[in-house]
Amino acid sequence: MEKTLYTITVFSENTVGLLGQITIIFTRRALNIETLSVSPSALNGIHKFTITLFSTQDVVEKVVKQIDKRVDILKAYYNTDDDLVFQEIALYKVATDKLLSLGSIESLIRKHDIHILEMNEDCVVFEKTGHYTETQQLFDELSQTVGVLQFIRSGRVAITKSKVERLSDMLESMKKFEV
Amino acid sequence: MIHEGVDTIFGYPGGAIMPTFDALYDYDDKINHILTRHEQGATHAAQGYARVSGKVGVCLVTSGPAATNAVTGISDAMLDSTPLVVITGQVGAALLGTDAFQEIDVVGITQPITKWAYQIRRAEDIAWAVARAFYIARSGRPGPVVLDIAKNAQFQEFEFEYKPCTFIRSYIPIPEVDASQIEEAAKLINSAKKPYALVGQGVVLANAEAELKEFLEKADIPAAWTLLGASAMPTDFPLNKGFLGMHGNVSPNMKTNECDVLIAIGMRFDDRVTGDLNSYAKQAKIIHLDIDASEINKNVKVDAPVLGSAKNTIPALTAKLQPAKHAEWIESFKEYDIQEFEKVIQREVHPESGELTMGEVVRKVSEATHNNAIVVTDVGQNQMMAARYSNFSQTRSLVTSGGLGTMGFGIPAAMGAKMGAPDRTVCMFSGDGGFQMTIQELGTIMQEQIGVKMIILNNHFLGMVRQWQEMFFDERYSFTEMQNPDFIAIAKAYRIDGTEVHKREELDAAIADMLKDDKPYLLVVNVEKKGMVYPMIPSGGSVTNILLGE
Repeated sequence: MEKTLYTITVFSENTVGLLGQITIIFTRRALNIETLSVSPSALNGIHKFTITLFSTQDVVEKVVKQIDKRVDILKAYYNTDDDLVFQEIALYKVATDKLLSLGSIESLIRKHDIHILEMNEDCVVFEKTGHYTETQQLFDELSQTVGVLQFIRSGRVAITKSKVERLSDMLESMKKFEV
Repeated sequence: MIHEGVDTIFGYPGGAIMPTFDALYDYDDKINHILTRHEQGATHAAQGYARVSGKVGVCLVTSGPAATNAVTGISDAMLDSTPLVVITGQVGAALLGTDAFQEIDVVGITQPITKWAYQIRRAEDIAWAVARAFYIARSGRPGPVVLDIAKNAQFQEFEFEYKPCTFIRSYIPIPEVDASQIEEAAKLINSAKKPYALVGQGVVLANAEAELKEFLEKADIPAAWTLLGASAMPTDFPLNKGFLGMHGNVSPNMKTNECDVLIAIGMRFDDRVTGDLNSYAKQAKIIHLDIDASEINKNVKVDAPVLGSAKNTIPALTAKLQPAKHAEWIESFKEYDIQEFEKVIQREVHPESGELTMGEVVRKVSEATHNNAIVVTDVGQNQMMAARYSNFSQTRSLVTSGGLGTMGFGIPAAMGAKMGAPDRTVCMFSGDGGFQMTIQELGTIMQEQIGVKMIILNNHFLGMVRQWQEMFFDERYSFTEMQNPDFIAIAKAYRIDGTEVHKREELDAAIADMLKDDKPYLLVVNVEKKGMVYPMIPSGGSVTNILLGE
């Protein structure tokens, strides 16, 4: 069956062991997490996990329900790329002398919208944000020309295109259960 | 725990839980602690207690090996939705992560097999965490909770204030009933010619047995039960059509693929019930009532999901039903019932010659207890026979390890069941294999004088595995034959009375002797060595591919 890249977003309480609780749900089904990013959300005390996974809708739906079921998980849902604005960030370290031997690097920087974070006599560190294909394209290009000494790419961060913040709705609706 | 209404604990002391046990010493007038002989026994006993009483079962054990011994019972409770709070001792907070003596990552191990697992490292967290643990264990779809308490937290003094937990913002135990879902489901049932209900443990856990009866009667819907839904309807309830699944009755399985609307209530379409999903109830519209959203569409695609507690959803649905009669449809079950009686039940329950059979022993015990006993089972042939041939007159009467299928469940679960329902007779059926997996609990039974009636259906084989070897592995009986000890002599060593039966004519008297008083008793019945449980739907087969044997 054709697999699609799904982005799973999870809001949780900030307690010890939450990441483990989420990842075992994937492990048990032999599902490989593609990328993972965890950080505090806009709401105080609530953490946000963004997980990407190649899968089918049937599987991703079941996984999300299992995550949502955990007591300390506030809300879990999934989207495809069409519903999302998303970014990844990548850092590239290249040798300064090789880079200079290219001649002008202006066209490279303009073409890929690169930020230079560090430059010394040994190396230069580039930063690029974008979709996976874009950060990969720069990696491929640098590899073929000057070589890449070090490379790191973050997990995906994503935001939905719809205007509602589903978590705040959910927290509001929970208030009626509070005794 | 006293604030949570706990009066019975099953446990086993050890290093890291000693401060708590020391405190327990002063509360022996309020809390009855039962010292089991193994931590696995403590967990199954707590399960038995919880299953018959509806209360939360509580275990108290130490760290390391005690916690890992408890893992089987915790897993069992997870799969069978049994409310447990298991408290494990842990090394002091300063030693955590150092591979200290009897230190093991209990929270890490138990996270996949609990509703919630939490480590308490400071005394001031004890009160709220215990309150939260009981709330989570008993609310919504029940399940096990583990509290791992570091030894230093057990010693520290703190300002004790207990507030019961009634709300967790990230947790909705009972989803609200959605009127549109009720509407949709009612429409399907009202237009059905051949409606059929499958009853699971969700009905029992929600205490919705009366609501179920009213629902079935109003629209004249025949119903069958899963293993854990056994006794939710009395055996003699006219719309009760029997037992579903691999070793269930013929008509309930066959009718799954003949009905036009299938109404699943508090059940989870386990593979032992459905067999091959690709040929399961494809002709029917499927309605699924469940409290757990993750069960909807998990195994079977549903046409009309109804989320909520059976206590709320069933009456809401009943209110929308038009009274109906389905006499012809209900009558059509009979043909299969007659077939099953002639080919299977006659020989299993009413044999006139030959060796004793498992089924006839079960039926005799059921009759001798006027169908009022709580039946506890171990796992395997004994379990299927007990489920098939026991008759039930009241709810919460079959305690069995359904999801995990834990051999060794029987003896300790029966102890717990008797503690949870002291006024009822508790009869435990076990095989000779499973009995020896937790046989040390005879010591607990002796010490506490727990009046359980234990029946070993002894065929000198691991019978269910042997049956599969006979059917699917060319009779290659690989390590299933057992040389057994003198069980009666073992019982005698524990000062438990018992009798061994070899012949049919001895059985009635032996059962009468077993039931003559409220003391523990062991009845060993030597049954045919190569008995088979029929009917049988081979693993992965369709529900209509049901074998009756010869």
